[in-house]
Amino acid sequence: MVSALLRVPGPPAPWGRRRANPGRCSPVDGNYCLTCGSDKTLKLWNPLRGTLLRTYSGHGYEVLDAAGSFDNSSLCSGGGDKAVVLWDVASGQVVRKFRGHAGKVNTVQFNEEATVILSGSIDSSIRCWDCRSRRPEPVQTLDEARDGVSSVKVSDHEVLAGSVDGRVRRYDLRKGQLFSDYVGSPITCTCFSRDGQCTLVSSLDSTLRLLDKDTGELLGEYTGHKNREYKLDCCLSERDTHVVSCSEDGKVFFWDLVEGALALALPVGPGVVQSLAYHPTEPCLLTAMGGSVQCWREEAYEAEDGPG
Amino acid sequence: MAAQDSDSDEDLVSYGTGLEPLEEGERPKKPIPLQDQTVRDEKGRYKRFHGAFSGGFSAGYFNTVGSKEGWTPSSFVSSRQNRADRSVLGPEDFMDEEDLSEFGIAPKAIVTTDDFASKTKDRIREKARQLAAATAPIPGATLLDDLITPAKLSVGFELLRKMGWKEGQGIGPRVKRRPRRQKPDPGVKVYGCALPPGGSEGSEDEDDDYLPENVTFAPKDVTPVDFTPKDNVHGLAYKGLDPRQALFGTSGEHFNLFGEGPEGASNLLGDIGVNKGRKLGISGQAFGVGALEEEDDDIYATETLSKYDTVLKDEEPGDGLYGWTAPKQYKSQKESEKDLRYVGKILDGFSLASKPLSSKKIYPPPELPRDYRPVHYFRPVVAASSENSHLLQVLSESAGKPMHDPGTHSRHQLNASKRGELLGETPIKGSATSVLEFLSQKDKERIKEMKQATDLKAAQVKARSLAQHASGSRAQPLPADVGHCSWHVALSGGTATTRASSFKPFAKDPEKQKRYEEFLVNMKRGRKDALEQCLDPSMTEWERGRERDEFSRAALLYVSSHSTLSSRFTHAKEEDDSDQVEVPRDQENDVSDKQSAVKMKMFGTLTRDTFEWHPDKLLCKRFNVPDPYPDSTLVGLPKVKRDKYSVFNFLTLQETASLPPAQGSSEKVPQPRAPDKSRKPSRWDTSKQEKKEDSISEFLSLARSKVGPPKQESSPSVKKEEEHVSESLSDQMVNKEVDSQPEGEGSRPSMDLFKAIFASSSDEKSSSSEDEQGDSEDDQAGVREADFKSSQETDLVETSSGAHDSKLPPQDPAPSFPIQKMQIDQREEFGPRLPPVFCPNARQKLETPQKEKHKKNKEKHKTKKEHRRRKEKKKKHRKHKHKGKQKNKKSEKSSSSESTDSSDSQSDDEGTADLSPQELLRR
Repeated sequence: MVSALLRVPGPPAPWGRRRANPGRCSPVDGNYCLTCGSDKTLKLWNPLRGTLLRTYSGHGYEVLDAAGSFDNSSLCSGGGDKAVVLWDVASGQVVRKFRGHAGKVNTVQFNEEATVILSGSIDSSIRCWDCRSRRPEPVQTLDEARDGVSSVKVSDHEVLAGSVDGRVRRYDLRKGQLFSDYVGSPITCTCFSRDGQCTLVSSLDSTLRLLDKDTGELLGEYTGHKNREYKLDCCLSERDTHVVSCSEDGKVFFWDLVEGALALALPVGPGVVQSLAYHPTEPCLLTAMGGSVQCWREEAYEAEDGPG
Repeated sequence: MAAQDSDSDEDLVSYGTGLEPLEEGERPKKPIPLQDQTVRDEKGRYKRFHGAFSGGFSAGYFNTVGSKEGWTPSSFVSSRQNRADRSVLGPEDFMDEEDLSEFGIAPKAIVTTDDFASKTKDRIREKARQLAAATAPIPGATLLDDLITPAKLSVGFELLRKMGWKEGQGIGPRVKRRPRRQKPDPGVKVYGCALPPGGSEGSEDEDDDYLPENVTFAPKDVTPVDFTPKDNVHGLAYKGLDPRQALFGTSGEHFNLFGEGPEGASNLLGDIGVNKGRKLGISGQAFGVGALEEEDDDIYATETLSKYDTVLKDEEPGDGLYGWTAPKQYKSQKESEKDLRYVGKILDGFSLASKPLSSKKIYPPPELPRDYRPVHYFRPVVAASSENSHLLQVLSESAGKPMHDPGTHSRHQLNASKRGELLGETPIKGSATSVLEFLSQKDKERIKEMKQATDLKAAQVKARSLAQHASGSRAQPLPADVGHCSWHVALSGGTATTRASSFKPFAKDPEKQKRYEEFLVNMKRGRKDALEQCLDPSMTEWERGRERDEFSRAALLYVSSHSTLSSRFTHAKEEDDSDQVEVPRDQENDVSDKQSAVKMKMFGTLTRDTFEWHPDKLLCKRFNVPDPYPDSTLVGLPKVKRDKYSVFNFLTLQETASLPPAQGSSEKVPQPRAPDKSRKPSRWDTSKQEKKEDSISEFLSLARSKVGPPKQESSPSVKKEEEHVSESLSDQMVNKEVDSQPEGEGSRPSMDLFKAIFASSSDEKSSSSEDEQGDSEDDQAGVREADFKSSQETDLVETSSGAHDSKLPPQDPAPSFPIQKMQIDQREEFGPRLPPVFCPNARQKLETPQKEKHKKNKEKHKTKKEHRRRKEKKKKHRKHKHKGKQKNKKSEKSSSSESTDSSDSQSDDEGTADLSPQELLRR
């Protein structure tokens, strides 16, 4: 049985906010877990032991998204204070604060070499911030979106962005082209498949779609979960076998990628599962609900080398 | 070493100090590491060259304050006892040694300043100073400067002197004979300022008659012009006290307007002796008349005309300021030698011609005929408007000559180059006649674009009025002749012919543009059938009519006020009445189309827009990606300035008819889709059916073009193919319209058609190697085969799942989820979901291949084949995935102790819902 090995105490419950604590978790490279939320801090965890490693505070408002660099040396985060912050992991200090967005920063992402931070904001722009130079303004602003940008993902030469205007835009730097796929419903999350051939798009019509990256054709459609209001995460399992998505009914849904059949609805709790992240190489899932983060693994794993 | 030295000593030049030769057994010294090579001051402190007052600071204790213990406030010391030796502290007391050293702020060592460095005189400066002194308010001031020997000589002076130059000589090669110089009259005073005292000047005077051949002379020295700025508040040409006048009372002197200043400067005090007899006293403009003066008549320095020359006469300035004031013609004693015919100065190196020029013959004007009356009869002028075009034409015909374009009409509007053009001259190559020729190619193009924009804008104004006019006249269509005349006249009235080369209204469609240009050329020749001739005979009557209309209107429109000047200036940054908006060139449009496509789950080409997008160079660098557009400076989506009201709106508004056939194909290469999309809007979709057909043709051609890499899309072969496809499809469309008239609005084309269209683009290698052998029979078989295969495929899946089923242990009946039904559907509809089949479609399905059989549409076959192949590929893909999955499972089997049969159950749809999460995670 898969069970919640650990229950990580998350950020404290928010006071007075309508939306529940948007605790988000993102694996840096599988060994750490990064959470951020309305307590204006980022927290770095060891998800296996459940220990809090460090707290990064410096944001003025809630932190909406955070990401780690490939070498675990730096973090970036963005939030309600319209700023994108580059953190030093070890010292916990703010290295740089990029200001320029006109609205909340929904999503941040490093590029592959952690030289550029891409941040998508509610001001319908994606800004590319240079971490190398001291330039205060972004390298480039991708303002093709007609509505807020909800999701940004970066591959080695592409930027995948989902927007509330119902389009998924893929900027191909190598080709110098922009591919815009119309999905119709506001997009909450996008991600590349691990083989880089497909894109997974979740939208507010409670549907996940698997699109061919090159042609934009629909390869699969996954329904059954509930996603009507919140910006929920989706992802692919570690070997692209399953599509995983949060749901507003307190479950995490698993679909078979090829057949599109619902494989599992994992009950997490009573609230909305706000965020999830899959371990890059192992069958391990992190989910965030309310103020807590759960780590899900199979039992056999525990039998082998135990937690931690 | 030594032997080498003897050889190389002559050739080689050595710099620096050589290394000391190594001794036997001695280890080579370690070089001082870089971090130890520090600079220290004389006190051994690091890197301190300046004292606190001269830039750096080394005050206190190693750049800190005070002493080693830090800064301590001075404690009170009673000065009661030693009040006497309390001294006042000066700045030097706070200075460091560095400040007092040679380079510090207050050097203590005595050094010679520049002013006293050399004893030698700088004569040029001296002269300049003398000149300046003459005009200075206090003329004698420079005398002091002269007493104190001036500056040291510059390096140039030293060098020149080493080369043999002497002061007072000019610089340059020595001349054989001194150029003849106008010698001043002996009676006139020597204007000493210009002439260096003594030296060559004196010798020249003597050499007038005797000049040995072997003697060369130095060129004449040049007197520098004194450019002393006027820094006082006196009026222009104000002179202070003239010492000669003021001190020696030479009032009432005759003014010499031209030769005053230098004269005064020349002998500042030299004339004292001459004027000794006069009475002394101070007088001048500055002082007025003293109390002791007797004569007070000239208080305000009134000037009378008698002081001035009344007759122009030759006066010799003799100031020697050649090059500053224009050289004057001298009348000297040498004048007698000159040719009397020539009045004026003969330039050096020239001599008067011995032979006089033959005088030009003057021809009398031609005699006028007897009956000539010097009265011109003007023809009545008729404005070239369409109303009186008849009249105008009649007039022009009666004149017996076709109307010229005004380029030749009014010669006053011609410029030199145009005239040259008319005369058939080749334009001058050597010197650029206009600024434009200095521009780079890029700039030229930009200017050209701008010019087009301005033309467009001007044309647009016309277009509005024209549109109104047209809308008024549309009700009663003009007879062909009248319309013909109108544009004929309008054209000949304007200069559209010359414009056409610069502005291309149909640039998008090269063929059409060619036809248009041909039409203009014909127009220019004055042929009435110009339009009919240039139109494509293969076009339908309707298209011809449309194009005729377009051409004539375009020709009318682009007779705009075109001036080459306007293209050379940029517009103001902010236009008051800007009708133009900066918009991205390609826009994601027609969401409605896409929404329907999404509803039908036809993702892919229908829902996708592709744009040219320019990443920032730095971004490419950061992503380690080569810049896809290394030459462009643009970032983001390419933007264009677009009129809010384009001319083409007016061109196409009149008829809801089709656009020119292949407009999109000639668009820019990387974004072939954008124009196609923009072509779609509702302007010309008469019925939904037609629209569908059109988009199909578009996508077919797209699929064609997508076969090659995008760069080759513009290659002629592909284009031809595209045209072929669209042609055949339009044929098909016509046929289909004939065949299936009664089809309703909402009915859809057959599923096969969609399949053929949307399934074609993914395999790129296939169609290039595609053999075209498949004929019509094969096609139908192919369709069936495809169907068969797909059914087989599903069978296969089912059988495999059945096999799994057999292995599976019986499982509990699944709890009834509403999802389950969808899953069953989904299994069949994996991939792009196909639209539900309707009855008319079924009929169509039968019809389409038959029609194609008649037409032998090979392109169609191709797509069919592609489709089939794709299906196969898909199947393979699926199989592959299955395999991969199984592999995964196998690999995981080792790690997990679970039974294999349960993990295999994933292909069974019914059972999945019951799967334990644990199993799922393992997959």
